[in-house]
Amino acid sequence: MAEVRLSGLSKMFGTTAALDNIDLTVPDGSFVVLLGPTGAGKTTILRMVSGLDTPDNGDVYIGGKPMAGLTPAQRDVTMVFQQYSLYPHMNVRQNLEFPLKSPLLRTPQAEIDRKVNEVAEILQISHKLDNKATALSGGEMQRVSIGRALVRNPSVYLMDEPLSSLDAKLRSDLRIELKNIQANSGATLIYVTHDQVEAMTMATHVGVLDHGRLVQFGTPRQIYEDPVSIYAASRLGQPRINVVPADLFGGAPTAARSIGLRPEHILQGEGEDSTVNRVEHLGDQTRLHLDYKGHDLITVTDPHTELQRGDRLPIRPNNPLYFDASGARLA
Amino acid sequence: MSFSVTQPTSRQKWFAGILVIGYALLTILPLLWIIATGFKSPSDAIAYPPKVVFEPTLEGYVNLFTTRTRLSPEALSEAGAPQTWYDRIVRQYGMVISGPSRYGERFLNSVIIGFGSTFLSIFLGTLAAYGFSRFRVPLKDDLMFFILSTRMMPPIAVAIPIFLMFRQLGLSDTHLGMILLYTAVNLSLSVWLLKGFIDEIPIEYEEAALIDGYTRFQAFYKVVLPQAATGIASTAIFCLIFSWNEYAFAVLLTSGTAQTAPPFIPTIIGVGKDWPAVAAGATLFLVPVMVFTVLLRKHLLRGITFGAVRK
Repeated sequence: MAEVRLSGLSKMFGTTAALDNIDLTVPDGSFVVLLGPTGAGKTTILRMVSGLDTPDNGDVYIGGKPMAGLTPAQRDVTMVFQQYSLYPHMNVRQNLEFPLKSPLLRTPQAEIDRKVNEVAEILQISHKLDNKATALSGGEMQRVSIGRALVRNPSVYLMDEPLSSLDAKLRSDLRIELKNIQANSGATLIYVTHDQVEAMTMATHVGVLDHGRLVQFGTPRQIYEDPVSIYAASRLGQPRINVVPADLFGGAPTAARSIGLRPEHILQGEGEDSTVNRVEHLGDQTRLHLDYKGHDLITVTDPHTELQRGDRLPIRPNNPLYFDASGARLA
Repeated sequence: MSFSVTQPTSRQKWFAGILVIGYALLTILPLLWIIATGFKSPSDAIAYPPKVVFEPTLEGYVNLFTTRTRLSPEALSEAGAPQTWYDRIVRQYGMVISGPSRYGERFLNSVIIGFGSTFLSIFLGTLAAYGFSRFRVPLKDDLMFFILSTRMMPPIAVAIPIFLMFRQLGLSDTHLGMILLYTAVNLSLSVWLLKGFIDEIPIEYEEAALIDGYTRFQAFYKVVLPQAATGIASTAIFCLIFSWNEYAFAVLLTSGTAQTAPPFIPTIIGVGKDWPAVAAGATLFLVPVMVFTVLLRKHLLRGITFGAVRK
């Protein structure tokens, strides 16, 4: 329900730049996933938007309004923290009620009860409402902490790896649930994760961060199919993109130093021979670890493949990505 | 015989139990002696060899709370038959009760000054500790050291300057003066202890509350305070014990209106070697701190082991 715009946002922690001149517009109602390794600045961006930290330079705008000088409460945002910071002296219900009872909202009790029960239902914690917050498992705590964000209707949701400590089944349930909630409410959501599946399935936009700089911003498909650099290309895709010297196969542009091959860029059954080093049956797909002229390549193949370790498999690149010496993409 | 590193054998348990009970008896014995003396007659109290078994009497308590006048036998018979049980007790000695003693007032002074200064130390200490714990305070470490350094000398070393200051400011022998003095002495302890407790409370809780729509003060009040309860309770006990038992400044700075019980109790002895009354005064004086400590004991135990036990 609000566009979030970061303009020239910079923040130093000591001598390291946590954020380096970030310009980013998160469109109204979009689901933006921030990707990048630890220390790339993902969480720092969330903290700047929420108002928990203030930038050294630059401005944050929510719904077109500058946020400088506004407290977190005044910004109408909500945040799910990486460490589930439930209030330990309250039970689950009190935790969920807490934002609704704030002096800003002063929700009537009937409305509070309705909201809390509804959210508890979605997050499958209805039976735990009267438990002490400290008497929950890690996954339950994290669900309560997501719930505390969902009981409100803020203009922006901020989530810092909210699903990281859940088991696989619950994670995929909540992934769909979160996506639905966001799509139905039309709220803007900025989401930090390491999980590529979360990024690909939930995001309308992905922002790739590297050492406090925004490397690329676009739809998940853009990032996947049209990455600006090796770094951005490595953020998405399972198995990861294979990067090998450009002269390994013929036909590379002259400026190319390396060639990036996603599994679908490796055509099997044509070209020169590689050796199968390992076959991993994952059920819905099978991964092949290949040795091609001394370089390791990972690709996927038919789930019911007959290939075995030591077999020969001819391969050739098919529309691969080329990168120059600095790792930047060549058109 | 099986051996386990975690489970003590029954013989070890017995040994540990006896050790603990023995130590408890050793420390509690003087206390029991004082309580017993309070119920002895003056002659039993100074009997040699000491009497362990004695006929209990409330004489000490009666003497503690009353002032008495010795009457001639004629005057005594004119006064008529004793009306109450405490009248009867003093009549044995040819005396009548002429009025209440000052113990009640002094005790009340102790309550006002002790709890007043404890409240003030905790109130100021919590706010200061929160500030030191959460905000970027210039010269933080130096200030913390300075606060601690006020505790490095015995407070009585500055008794004379304080005495002169108090006289100049009109604080001598006032409740306010004593509350301020005890607060000043306790404050360094309370700031240091409470800062430790507040440091242990993750800042994420407050950040969550800020996001949930609360101001910083509301977050402090609704989230930090309840979690600092343990630390506040144990710090309060330490502060109360100090200001409750403080003797030297009380002797020096109070004489009448604001005199606390500790300097008063020994003066009872002047009225005729009345050890049972002194013991009774001391026994009653123990009660408030004991009640306070028992009420907060759950927190106290948690407080002493704080940091050692992972939550």
